[in-house]
Amino acid sequence: MSRRGSSVAHEAEATPGFEGVPPELIGHHFSSAARQNEAMRLGMWLFLATEVLLFAGLFCGYAVYRFQFPLAFEECSRHLNIPLGTLNTVVLITSSFTVALAIHFARTDRRRASAICLAITLLFALAFLGIKSVEYLEHFKEHALPGKYYSSEEVKVPGAAMFYTLYFLMTGLHGFHVVAGMSVLSYILFRTLQGRYSSAYYTGVELGGLYWHLVDLVWIFLYPLLYLI
Amino acid sequence: MRLSEADSPRLAGAAAPAAPSYLTDGTTVMSWLNTRDHKRIGVMFLAAVLFFFFIGGVFALALRIKLLQPGPFLVDALSYNRLFTLHGIVMIFLFLIPAIPSAFGNFLVPLMVGARDVAFPRLNLASFYIYVAGASLAIWGMLHGGADTGWTFYTPYSSTTPTQVFPILLAAFILGFSSILTGLNFIVTTHTMRAPGLNWMRLPLFVWGIYGTSIIQVLATPVLGITVLIVAVERVAGFGMFDPARGGDPVLFQHMFWFYSHPAVYIMILPAMGVISETVCAYSRKNPFGYKAIAMSSLGIAFVGFFTWGHHLFVAGQSTFDAGAFGILSMFVGVFTAIKVFNWVGTMYRGAIAFKTPMAYVCGFLYFIVFGGMTGIALATTSLDIHWHDTYFVVAHFHFIMVGASVMAFLAGLHYWFPKMFGKTYHEGFGLVAAALIILGFNATFIPQFLLGNEGMPRRYYQYPEHFQALNVASTAGATLLAFGFVIILVYLVIALGWGKQCEANPWGSKGFEWMTASPPSTHNFEEIPTITQMPHDYRTHEPPGVIRGT
Repeated sequence: MSRRGSSVAHEAEATPGFEGVPPELIGHHFSSAARQNEAMRLGMWLFLATEVLLFAGLFCGYAVYRFQFPLAFEECSRHLNIPLGTLNTVVLITSSFTVALAIHFARTDRRRASAICLAITLLFALAFLGIKSVEYLEHFKEHALPGKYYSSEEVKVPGAAMFYTLYFLMTGLHGFHVVAGMSVLSYILFRTLQGRYSSAYYTGVELGGLYWHLVDLVWIFLYPLLYLI
Repeated sequence: MRLSEADSPRLAGAAAPAAPSYLTDGTTVMSWLNTRDHKRIGVMFLAAVLFFFFIGGVFALALRIKLLQPGPFLVDALSYNRLFTLHGIVMIFLFLIPAIPSAFGNFLVPLMVGARDVAFPRLNLASFYIYVAGASLAIWGMLHGGADTGWTFYTPYSSTTPTQVFPILLAAFILGFSSILTGLNFIVTTHTMRAPGLNWMRLPLFVWGIYGTSIIQVLATPVLGITVLIVAVERVAGFGMFDPARGGDPVLFQHMFWFYSHPAVYIMILPAMGVISETVCAYSRKNPFGYKAIAMSSLGIAFVGFFTWGHHLFVAGQSTFDAGAFGILSMFVGVFTAIKVFNWVGTMYRGAIAFKTPMAYVCGFLYFIVFGGMTGIALATTSLDIHWHDTYFVVAHFHFIMVGASVMAFLAGLHYWFPKMFGKTYHEGFGLVAAALIILGFNATFIPQFLLGNEGMPRRYYQYPEHFQALNVASTAGATLLAFGFVIILVYLVIALGWGKQCEANPWGSKGFEWMTASPPSTHNFEEIPTITQMPHDYRTHEPPGVIRGT
């Protein structure tokens, strides 16, 4: 019966790398900092899974309507501003790199460098939103808008309105996530400046970074689907 | 009335000066509204879901009274449509989905795994307030006209009807977040907060049930979120994703909707199965027969539940192959359920059964889940479903599962854990009378509906041919009995709460892990975190379930 009696529970305590964590950073209900870190990371990964499934609904809609209107989707895709889309992809991937650097610096106790990297990430995020609004403005001028508002002269194939419905829903939801990610990163920047993270405990930076990588990852799927194929 | 004193495991550490119970530790309103304590949050959820159960029940009774007459009666056709829509929305989103996980799960999962709280107490409180916000929005929508789409919001009707669908869609979206956060919390709690010695194969079966439920909540709810969001955008801005006039496909909505809403049925039934696994052991005074089979079949249902949604679309233009595949996959749920039923009956076999109120509900549950489950297998058979689709046969089938099974389990849990939660006992005699009334009333309500559906009476119709009246009257009579039973429960539970006798820590002599601590527990659950040395419900020894050895 007592095969592996108390294995799981004590493994976490034995995990190295969580010595010297200030006790006020550990919740009263957690037996150790390692356990708290494990719980928070698992929670974040689960939350990311829900985000993936949130977008999955739209990806599913994209697949269905792409098969239904292959011509319209190709035409509209070619009418998007590919250079700006590509630039945005580069901006976002670079921001993923800077956030990874911020985690690295937090882990090695270089608080200032970590804060600077977070600030740069935020600037990249702003740049992404700026470029995206330029694109949106173009669509508004062309009346390349979703559903019943679509009256563009450029593409007149049936199904073009559906492409723009999906385009605006997907990039809009993604844009919302960029804004959400920015508020998360600002909070972490604020806490970094307060000196709440150290090599002993930097779970917050790690979680914020994870979230930002997801925002980046979703765009990496959106970019080829909307602009390239 | 109580099991003998010698059998009842003594509370470990009872001699130490007791910390105040969670109920008395802070008595101001703010100490409740701003609490991080999983037990208080569980109790607040319990109060909220009971309130909405009452509202949904009133809607149901109004519907049944209208259906006494084949022609127009009491309400007009539009109000009738609103009534059944609101009945569905309230009962599903505001009662059944949060009922067992958010109320009992919150209260019990940390106690059962020997933790001081759930992993994310603040998120837990947020989940409650998100629920309150969603519920308030839904009520606002109801008071300002309500919706008449049915709880399924099928497009294109839901994107064009002039009733107040928008606030209700938004409410469903918001309530989804509450459900996701609760599920996420339980998964992380089960993974990381277990007491020393509590490995996975010693987890109480209720925790296994909640764990399976949480997986569904976390993975399916976001899809509903995005679906109702698209419909909401469609109503406001005319994006046309599901609108055939703009090249959209309304059947795509049905696919996306049921991708959540079929697994949602398992959000309602899996925790109920967990409650039954606990109560059947406690009142048979026997360890669970086939522990692993019950635990794994919970995961099996959670898994296969994701691949059954197509059985709602047998007549929506789905290919024959798809229909066959979804039909067979749906039947797998029946296999897993049958495994559980077999093991519950195996647990009762040669047990020392104490026929208390919860045990009466367990018996009701077993009968309802077998009957409801078998009609489910019949409905998953495509050729039969074409005849029964959208008739009262379907209505009776899912009420057998959702009310017959889930609500019976909810009531079993409510009675079994009432002493745990409030430290009071209810009147056993009234409890048994109410259980008998409810089980009989339920049969009288829904067996006529099976017959009506088989004769071809469609669901959601305002009027019906006169020759269906006799069975409809029988159904309404049953619903009255059912309502009467619930009123009795309300009365004696309120009396027990206000004037009931203080009971001992473990009045049932149960060896479930939640009884390791005082009833009601103190704010931090345990004086010391217990070390688990045995399986839950091990009645072979007289020792208490968890032995405190210090950590």
